[in-house]
Amino acid sequence: MRRPEAPQPAGAAAAEAFSVALEGCADFAAWRLAARRLLAAGIPPESVEWRTPEDPPGLFGGRPPPEAEGPPLPVPRDFVEMAELAIRHADRERFALLYALLWDSQTRPGLLRTPTEPRMARLAGMARAVRRDAHKMHAFLRFREIGTPEGPRSVAWFEPEHHIVEAEAGFFVRRFAILRWSILTPRRCAHWDGAALAFTPGARRADAPAEDAAEDLWRTYFASIFNPARLKPDAMRAEMPKKYWKNLPEAAVIPELMQGAEGRVRVMLGQEFRAPRRRQKAEGD
Amino acid sequence: MDLRAKLALLADAAKYDASCASSGTEKRDSRQGGLGSTEGMGICHAYAPDGRCISLLKVLLTNACVFDCAYCINRATSNVARARFTVAELVKLTLAFYRRNYIEGLFLSSGIIRSPDYTMEQLIRVARTLREEHGFLGYIHLKTIPEAAPELLAEAGRWADRLSINVELPQVASLKRLAPEKDLPAIGGAMQQLAGRIAEAKEARRTARRAAPPRFAPAGQSTQMIVGADDSDDRRILGKGAELYEKYGLRRVYYSGYSPIPEASSLLPPAPPPLLREHRLYQADWLLRFYGFGTEEILAGGEGGMLDLEIDPKLAWALKHRADFPVDLNSAPRELLLRVPGLGARNVERIVAARQEGRVRLADLARLRVPLRKVAPFLLAPDHRAAPGLLDSPRLRAMLTTPGGFGAQARPRQLSLFS
Ligand code: SF4
Repeated sequence: MRRPEAPQPAGAAAAEAFSVALEGCADFAAWRLAARRLLAAGIPPESVEWRTPEDPPGLFGGRPPPEAEGPPLPVPRDFVEMAELAIRHADRERFALLYALLWDSQTRPGLLRTPTEPRMARLAGMARAVRRDAHKMHAFLRFREIGTPEGPRSVAWFEPEHHIVEAEAGFFVRRFAILRWSILTPRRCAHWDGAALAFTPGARRADAPAEDAAEDLWRTYFASIFNPARLKPDAMRAEMPKKYWKNLPEAAVIPELMQGAEGRVRVMLGQEFRAPRRRQKAEGD
Repeated sequence: MDLRAKLALLADAAKYDASCASSGTEKRDSRQGGLGSTEGMGICHAYAPDGRCISLLKVLLTNACVFDCAYCINRATSNVARARFTVAELVKLTLAFYRRNYIEGLFLSSGIIRSPDYTMEQLIRVARTLREEHGFLGYIHLKTIPEAAPELLAEAGRWADRLSINVELPQVASLKRLAPEKDLPAIGGAMQQLAGRIAEAKEARRTARRAAPPRFAPAGQSTQMIVGADDSDDRRILGKGAELYEKYGLRRVYYSGYSPIPEASSLLPPAPPPLLREHRLYQADWLLRFYGFGTEEILAGGEGGMLDLEIDPKLAWALKHRADFPVDLNSAPRELLLRVPGLGARNVERIVAARQEGRVRLADLARLRVPLRKVAPFLLAPDHRAAPGLLDSPRLRAMLTTPGGFGAQARPRQLSLFS
């Protein structure tokens, strides 16, 4: 890769505008390839515009970077891991932020190992947000089963915050390889037919089934496992923010559980001790 | 009784067990057949309004019981209605919930019916059916009946990821008074057996030449102690916990604040559950396991064998050891940084990493989301020196106690600290 001791001739690449058109919103490999080309050509971050299919047509209209790639970049593994996550973030500046860090690390070798540097902290925050989004998807996505001519199919509607459907589809394959399923989201959908994954553009909530026969039992379980003597709605909302509730079948009973809690506890605390009944006999089958 | 009514009753009866973990087992996935996966990290699929994680279908096989433990809603002399799931019903429920991504698996416990062996056999049948007939690869936690035969314990570990036996009360005298049929030596003996088999299987996995050596509870064993049902102080509880970790290599000790139950026994306090005390015990437990503290050190932060309820145990310890501070952010060894109130283990690692690249300043810590107000009095940094006398000031404690901190700090720790 070009070393900083060999600065670009002023007015050459530096002044020109470049535009990188990425085909996916979370395509790490494509970003990395573009970044390597840009670095090899000595093109500074401020001359690059990063675009995805989600962006409106550019005002800038720069040309694509030259295709010469340069050698692989030695970057810390932690940085790569964070970058792979941050690429999925909804923040439009994610590509530019990563490239700027890479660019500056050429003159400041320790940069990518300094978690306290402001941009590195921002990157860590983005990676954290994406990880959390993925975790919430694993946790809060709910399948509903429908009958189709080819047999039962499990369909879920979920609204992730970031571009995580492609990356997280594997989790659902590993877990539910035996089922046939579709995960519908506003930006991207994933489908598993028992053997292969396919992705299609976004869907609408109405495209997913509206109910499932098991949900009533699930709500019963949710209501019964709740201990009214320990009511702590803030702790619940911190982990299961309200924005998820509309797609969680069990959330429908939360208000009544909270309203009833106090009364139930008062009864337990103030109860008269009833005479214990006779010891029951060991029960048979 | 229909399935829904049974589920309501048998989940209600299971909710006093605090364990919810579904983590730390072997990796499995369904691409070669079967249903389900485990990937190390537990997943909380929902949170109830009590703030607790719902990860597993946690139910009893039956709430009928021949024992008469005073603190338990299922005790023989309680007036609650009784019900019992069939094996087929439990299997069906577990699979239906799992397929819809509601749960990570099953946590099955039971009252003792007929005999310990009979009860244990019933629990095992559910787990075996799930694994063998349905290729279920999700998480299974089985409650273990300590008096059951060794062969049954051995089989339980074949199917289950985790086994647990609750000690419930930290001293023999309380157990005698409140759970007269429970037998502490039998509990210890069973834990010992499990510990031996767990270690054996682990060793076999490590040295195995061929695939799949016999498995035994790869997520280990755990236990629970009830807090506030007897007069045990925190010293006794933490001491018992430390002993159990050491003797039996437990993965987790759960502390469960005694919660009032319908049909309570008159032997027990009709009081709200001691949630804050429970929270402090979890924090103390964490310091024991991951921060290099000893039990007595932690207790030295409080008074008379009880932890300080108002502030967390690390801060309590630091306030009583002010002479050990401030520590230098850039030169203190890791072990000392771990003792700074407000610095978590993760951030200590980040600080150590950042130190390699240059001096770390207090301002840098803000970007790691460290609570500056809390750490500042205990640290020295290039851009920071605490006001003279602050560290020795009798007002320091009051300054650090967050206004209205009770509510904010009473959040149960077991949620975020999920083992
Ligand atoms: S053995 Fe004791 S704690 Fe367990 S279910 Fe029976 S009465 Fe309850």
